[in-house]
Amino acid sequence: MPEEAEKLEVSVWRGGADGAYETFQVPAYENQTILDVVSWIQQYADPTLTYRFACRVGMCGSCAMMVNGRPRWTCRTHIRTVVQDGAVQVGPLRNLPVIKDLAADMDPFFDKWVAAGGVHSPSATRHDPMEAIDPQETDRAEASAGIECINCSVCYAACDTVAGNPDYLGPAALQRAWTLYNDAKHDDRVNILDAVSGNGGCHNCHSMGSCTVYCPNELDPMSAIAGLKRETTRNFFRKRR
Amino acid sequence: MMNLHLYMAQRISALVMAPLTLGHIAVMIYAVQGGLSAEEILGRTQGSVFWFLFYGSFVVAVSVHAAIGLRVIVHEHTGLRGAGLAAFTWGTGGLLLLMGARAVHAVTAGGAS
Repeated sequence: MPEEAEKLEVSVWRGGADGAYETFQVPAYENQTILDVVSWIQQYADPTLTYRFACRVGMCGSCAMMVNGRPRWTCRTHIRTVVQDGAVQVGPLRNLPVIKDLAADMDPFFDKWVAAGGVHSPSATRHDPMEAIDPQETDRAEASAGIECINCSVCYAACDTVAGNPDYLGPAALQRAWTLYNDAKHDDRVNILDAVSGNGGCHNCHSMGSCTVYCPNELDPMSAIAGLKRETTRNFFRKRR
Repeated sequence: MMNLHLYMAQRISALVMAPLTLGHIAVMIYAVQGGLSAEEILGRTQGSVFWFLFYGSFVVAVSVHAAIGLRVIVHEHTGLRGAGLAAFTWGTGGLLLLMGARAVHAVTAGGAS
């Protein structure tokens, strides 16, 4: 471990929704992520600190938190990029209920994922021959654009529309819906358009673009939602049922 | 608090408003440059079915468009929902329609020379 240089002043949210920030002095190292800092507090300063992580390499989507008021994947964000005058503030994800300290309740996020029609419904059984899919085909390219989502909820926490309208399904769920809508192997494509056309659906999006700006995997949920708006509009004129 | 039908109503009303707005501005420029007085303008609009339909459809489109837009703003900023939000939407649309209808009536009804 590199030589200890100075201290970081780290404010961490403690308690539930009515909690408060508590400040810790954490040794600053040359190479240190936000998750390293939070882990140091839990291991050396206060073992009761609650937070969530798993893979530490940006694959699992567990460790997203608000850092200086912005949602970030903490395992892949270097402390140097966010520290301001030697201080940094770490809180639970916005737009989700706080369980305790830095752990947010992800249930609403995943419930909306399902409500947007995000559960895959196969168009063939294992007994059918495998369908050939051209990866260059337009629909497939649209679907492929969103499949690297790790469900970290950074986009959901960044979304001001979710903040103002708790019924709104949010960017991740709608991007998942758009991915499945363009997936030739999904059996329920028209029902997806119905699922995203209700009171909390894609039409609530104001295209502010925070989801696309903050997505740690550089995905583009805003364009996916625009795609859903376009297709639901086409479908509206096409069927008029 | 927007669903597909409200979204379509707002987009279609916007499509209606856009050319009417441009037409209104073009007529304003024409009227000012031609030096028409208010009396001369009213002389041409009163009793005219064309101008009644022109401004009448504009007022209807504005009422629909603005009511839905304000509905979204009110919901996101105050949390109003359900019957209260529906009452606000219909009330706003109705008020705009009433005010606009009065103006259209004043400009296009009766008085044709």
